[in-house]
Amino acid sequence: MPGKLKAKIVAGRHLPVMDRASDLTDAFVEVKFGNTTFKTDVCPKSLNPQWNSEWFKFEVDDEDLQDEPLQITVLDHDTYSANDAIGKVYIDIDPLLCTEAASIISGWFPIYDTIHGIRGEINVLVKVELFNDLNRFRQSSCGVKFFCTTSIPYSYRAVMVHGFVEELVVNEDPEYQWIDRIRTPRASNEARQRLISLMSGELQRKIGLKVLEMGGNAVVGYLQCFDLEGESGLVVRAIGTACTLEKFSSGSASITCPHPSTAPPSNACNSPKDGKELVFGEELPLSSGPPTPFRALPSSSSSPPPFSPSKPCSRQSSSSDTDLSLTPKTGMGSGGSAGKEAGPLKTLLRQQTQTTLEQREFPFFTLTSFPPGFLVHVGGVVSARSVKLLDRIHNPDEPETRDAWWEEIRQEIKSHAKALGCHAVVGYSENTSICEEVCILSASGTAAILNPRYMREGCLDVGSIDHRFDDPSPPNCGFCHIPYDELNMPFPAQLAYCYQCRRQKVPDVLFTTIDLPAEAAVTGKGCLIQARLCRLKKKAQGEVNATAISNLLPFMEYELHTQLMNKLKLRSMNALFGLHIQISVGENMLLGLASATGVYLTALPAPGGIQIAGKTPGDLNNEQHVAAIQKRINDAIAKNKELYQINPPELTDEGVGSPIPEPRQRSRIFRSHSESSDELSELDLSHGKKDAFVLEIDDTDAVEDIHSLLTDAPPPAGFHSCSTETMPGIYNWTSGIQMFTSVRVLRLNNTNLTNQGLNKIFTDLCENLLKSFYFKLRSTVPCCLCHLNFTVAVPEEELVQVSVTAVAMTFDKDQNQEKPPEKATTKGGSETEDQLQFPLELSADSSSTSPQPSKISGVAENTIVSTRAVSVDYGSFADRCSTWLELLRLKAHTIRRGSVKTSRRTQSLAHSVSSLEHCSPLPEGRSRSLCSSRSFGVGSVTMVKMTPLSFLPGTRIIKYLGIINMFFIRETTSLREEGGVSGFLHSFIAEVFAMVRAHVAALGGNAVVSYSMKDCVLMENPNKNQAQCLINVSGDAVICVRETDQEQTTNTGQTCGTIDGAT
Amino acid sequence: MAVELDVFVGNTTIMDEEVYQLWLDGYTVNDAVRARMEGGVLDEFDATADVLLSDTMDQYRTFQMCERLLHSPAKLANQLLFQIPPHRQTMLIERYYAFDDVFVREVLGKKLSKGTKKDLDDISAKTGVTLKSCRRQFDNFKRIFKVVEELKGPLVENIRQHFLLSDKLARDYAAIVFFANNRFETGKKKLQYITFQDFAFCAGQLINNWTVGAVGEGLCKTKNNMVEDMDVDLDKEFLQELKELKVLITDKDLLDQHKSLVCTALRGKTKAFNEMEANFKNLSRGLVNIATKLTNTKDVRDFFIDLVEKFIEPCRSDRWTAADVKLYLTHYTNSAHILDTFKHQVVWDRYMGVIKSCIFKMYHD
Repeated sequence: MPGKLKAKIVAGRHLPVMDRASDLTDAFVEVKFGNTTFKTDVCPKSLNPQWNSEWFKFEVDDEDLQDEPLQITVLDHDTYSANDAIGKVYIDIDPLLCTEAASIISGWFPIYDTIHGIRGEINVLVKVELFNDLNRFRQSSCGVKFFCTTSIPYSYRAVMVHGFVEELVVNEDPEYQWIDRIRTPRASNEARQRLISLMSGELQRKIGLKVLEMGGNAVVGYLQCFDLEGESGLVVRAIGTACTLEKFSSGSASITCPHPSTAPPSNACNSPKDGKELVFGEELPLSSGPPTPFRALPSSSSSPPPFSPSKPCSRQSSSSDTDLSLTPKTGMGSGGSAGKEAGPLKTLLRQQTQTTLEQREFPFFTLTSFPPGFLVHVGGVVSARSVKLLDRIHNPDEPETRDAWWEEIRQEIKSHAKALGCHAVVGYSENTSICEEVCILSASGTAAILNPRYMREGCLDVGSIDHRFDDPSPPNCGFCHIPYDELNMPFPAQLAYCYQCRRQKVPDVLFTTIDLPAEAAVTGKGCLIQARLCRLKKKAQGEVNATAISNLLPFMEYELHTQLMNKLKLRSMNALFGLHIQISVGENMLLGLASATGVYLTALPAPGGIQIAGKTPGDLNNEQHVAAIQKRINDAIAKNKELYQINPPELTDEGVGSPIPEPRQRSRIFRSHSESSDELSELDLSHGKKDAFVLEIDDTDAVEDIHSLLTDAPPPAGFHSCSTETMPGIYNWTSGIQMFTSVRVLRLNNTNLTNQGLNKIFTDLCENLLKSFYFKLRSTVPCCLCHLNFTVAVPEEELVQVSVTAVAMTFDKDQNQEKPPEKATTKGGSETEDQLQFPLELSADSSSTSPQPSKISGVAENTIVSTRAVSVDYGSFADRCSTWLELLRLKAHTIRRGSVKTSRRTQSLAHSVSSLEHCSPLPEGRSRSLCSSRSFGVGSVTMVKMTPLSFLPGTRIIKYLGIINMFFIRETTSLREEGGVSGFLHSFIAEVFAMVRAHVAALGGNAVVSYSMKDCVLMENPNKNQAQCLINVSGDAVICVRETDQEQTTNTGQTCGTIDGAT
Repeated sequence: MAVELDVFVGNTTIMDEEVYQLWLDGYTVNDAVRARMEGGVLDEFDATADVLLSDTMDQYRTFQMCERLLHSPAKLANQLLFQIPPHRQTMLIERYYAFDDVFVREVLGKKLSKGTKKDLDDISAKTGVTLKSCRRQFDNFKRIFKVVEELKGPLVENIRQHFLLSDKLARDYAAIVFFANNRFETGKKKLQYITFQDFAFCAGQLINNWTVGAVGEGLCKTKNNMVEDMDVDLDKEFLQELKELKVLITDKDLLDQHKSLVCTALRGKTKAFNEMEANFKNLSRGLVNIATKLTNTKDVRDFFIDLVEKFIEPCRSDRWTAADVKLYLTHYTNSAHILDTFKHQVVWDRYMGVIKSCIFKMYHD
């Protein structure tokens, strides 16, 4: 009996009229937790009832406390017929289970009905009394703190970072149960909401258990997603980074964590000094046997109770919940994929069973920003995609099918990272796209080497790699330096000496999924760079469909990549941060959208220009045309340089820092390993001595490609935009913020669309959305749209949906040039993946044992001849990268006429067939946040700020109150009356915001950071006048105060912070 | 290819005042887009008509969702759906309840009933105010009328508190409610020149001086506390007492005495003296007769038309200036105090105070 939950129903207001005769309502409330229900008295004839109930007490296990929500139902009493439900409130108790978070929930909650939306409000008080649980075998994990924020939260210090945690839970979707045919839509929706709430609670509890087992006390960068697989079920999965966090005393906290704009990253600042305390807990996968005892943690304050070594490992416990046996082999053969096992998969599964702490197998970190010095080198983006067929006959007792899918992808990511000479993956995220029974699983991250000083001894893989880095490279450019061996590069790449330190090699381009490190030296400002792509595909079913999709994926990756590269060059930049590539599948098309923030890293060489080449040199007209285009491109580059203030110091005299005189190769000819070498000079591509991108135009499509390249409009004056937390080059944020969510759906009426036409439509859709944002927010200039997070979906045939959540932040124009001096350091170079990383994969394949880039599963037939054994997963074929490489090259030539070719080699990371993608809606973060807590409260409503970032400018977070993770369904059968789909969704999104704000306010908070809308699934049937929408949002509830309010007490945070950060 | 859905929702609700005004004015989305284009938004900001349309639709939807809350403005402050900073809330309410003087002039004094609502088409055509805007304004009148009707206490204060309006707007609504309640005739041709603001001023005078509530503040508070609608209905006792003023015109001696006192005071001070002297009896009869008839509801309704016919028109035909009128009425009122046999000074002052201010206000072209 470890806990007592107490709830009190105080009053209601603005209730709807339930009795038409009297225009009043006889309301009462049912309070339910688990299987226990209490009722209040009926408050007759009032729209503003005062119940003032007694305290309802629930005595429950803490396990239930974690899993179950408190369910409050408001009803209208009816003497003669059944009582009518007015609506419900689900309250997540979790924040009360953690001593450092909220202590009471008290406030007005919107009463929500899935059919009618918000119907009045109810005032509720909730408390929890927890008893100490001495049972070391407990199944609960109360007290583990969860943060959506993808950095060490403000006012905490990472004593140890243990590493990756993941879990998934599977269930049947109530919407597809037989009973759904006879119950009302309301009952069905409520069953679904409740189930998902339970599942998320369970998931969080299980992850918490894993964290406790690892010796941690918190999960940072917690990312939870739902996969609505339709008939085959409902999957809730989550990943995160387990940490041991220690709270600063209030005084020191403010000192250490200034905001980048004004201050260095939060706690991180401390780490250089006491580096020993920051330890990574990754271990190599160990052979079977009891886990080694955990090291004693340096900080005693929050250390969890010791676990006995014999405790079942988390994986087992999770699987046992679903009554699955973990035996790898039996788990594998589900669905049509049975029987085809890939060798690697076996190995994988063996490892699973043998390793008691399997999560350490994956040195992955969901964090996107780090303490200075933490990140030594960045290798580049690694990603993997896999196409799976969802089992038609769902067996809810076999969650490990899904587990194995993800395991496989993670292994792939890991091997890609290894191929890049990196031992860790940071900025890691996972994502799915589902259409009917086809599912694309994607994972991506950034391969990196983390500072060995922070690694504990005995971490072999880390140690060996890092020897040469023991001599710390300059902090502001070190991260750019290549992590792999120059003489044995995993792929052809063009290296140069670092333009800052001149001692180490750096790649020419760097792509990453993380935020720009605070100490990185950047020239000029950054900007949002997007690549957009549509590919038609034939409608098909089952494996044929999966095959078609897998065949398309590499082309999409390639083109997206090329687009990104071209746009980057066009802006005269050399690095991408916060890269997120999403590929969405629909019945008759695939959509790809890549967003990132482009910057010019001072440490990397200046990008070459873009050279246009005509295929038919003899044609005079053509040459004139080419010259005209070339001029436009050159003009655009010059203009962009000015726009983004990119004026790199001309320090490079060729003697010292010139690019390594390697022959440049063009990818015209493909050989298995290296591409044939065409000297650049031969083509006269040089653009100011640098390599140039060559765009060959030999037909109209190519012209359109170039045209579209040039039509991306820069933001209007006064605006900036980026996909990362903050905009490189802007450091003086003011406190004004406006978060927004925008959704746009296009119906493609024209059935005869070509890829080209679709691309244009899709590009226009994205561009127009951006234009709309600029227009709507025009009164807030100068401002920057930060964390622009685009999500694309193909909800139905002919429909394209784009949802965006972002925040507009104002800044002070006058100072925007100045940057805190101590941050002049650049961060390490990762390489960019420039082209596909085929080269990488090739070499990896030939030389190393395991990395196989791409696995496509669910493909029935594979027409591609693979050179090596095809690894088949669950009925899917995995294509070797080499195969892909060839295929790609081949197609690149034959199919894409006038395709863009790069003359430089970029290094790429591995993406597998799949390549980078990422789904993390989580705000990345730096953890400093300041938020302004101004409560404009007229009446009783607190203003609650929301932001997808991990901080609020001008304010400081003084307390994290817990995670907000909410799932809502809204349905209507009177679509027209609600203003059509737009009206319906508009009010639903507004309602979701309102409910999030109400929960935060009830926890005592005044802001939500790291907010994200992970899902927005809209289904409509205008003919039936119906629509349904599901929205899932999450974030961290916080209390923040204006920075100035605290300065007196804690001394000025900024000053101290900078000093501290510099040390 | 068509935009199937397009929404933009801010955590803090974004509202453009210009679009709000267009919405309030009853523009359709397309008209509003046109108006905005003509207003030059696109010039100052590089955007296309599509962007403008999308923005306008979003805003219109937001306003429509807010409208329900605006019907009971107090809810706007403690609802949770829209996060709107207080100063914006004030703006939203104030603008929503703002009305067009031309429109209100048409319905002033009319019964706020369905019948009147049906006439809104005509009013809309006549005034050029869109039908939608007419409806909103009319519904606002009705809503406030209905709420205030059931409340006790000072009218202006009630309106201000329940609808969170500014003092000025609350007073205007008080006037509208007062006119509607007493059904003052304002539509006659002779009254057309009088603006709403003139009437609102007069209503304020009547409310402050002739209603039960007005008395309550000064004279007989305790006695009248129980009376409902203290600000909305005229003080019946007072109207009864007005009958006593009749002596001023029925008693010939008193009339002559009054006239000579006034003429003495006026002599040499105005060019219109001759006309004043000649018309004294007519004018005095007119004013006193109005007073004595106010016990009849019908005559109360004709109060303003009577003022115009019995006093303002004769003066105007004699070309009195506004200063002349003021001079005349001042002496006319004051001289009555000197009449030995006239005992009803208090009632006289209470009556003439209002008449004087109303006539001053109404005496213009």
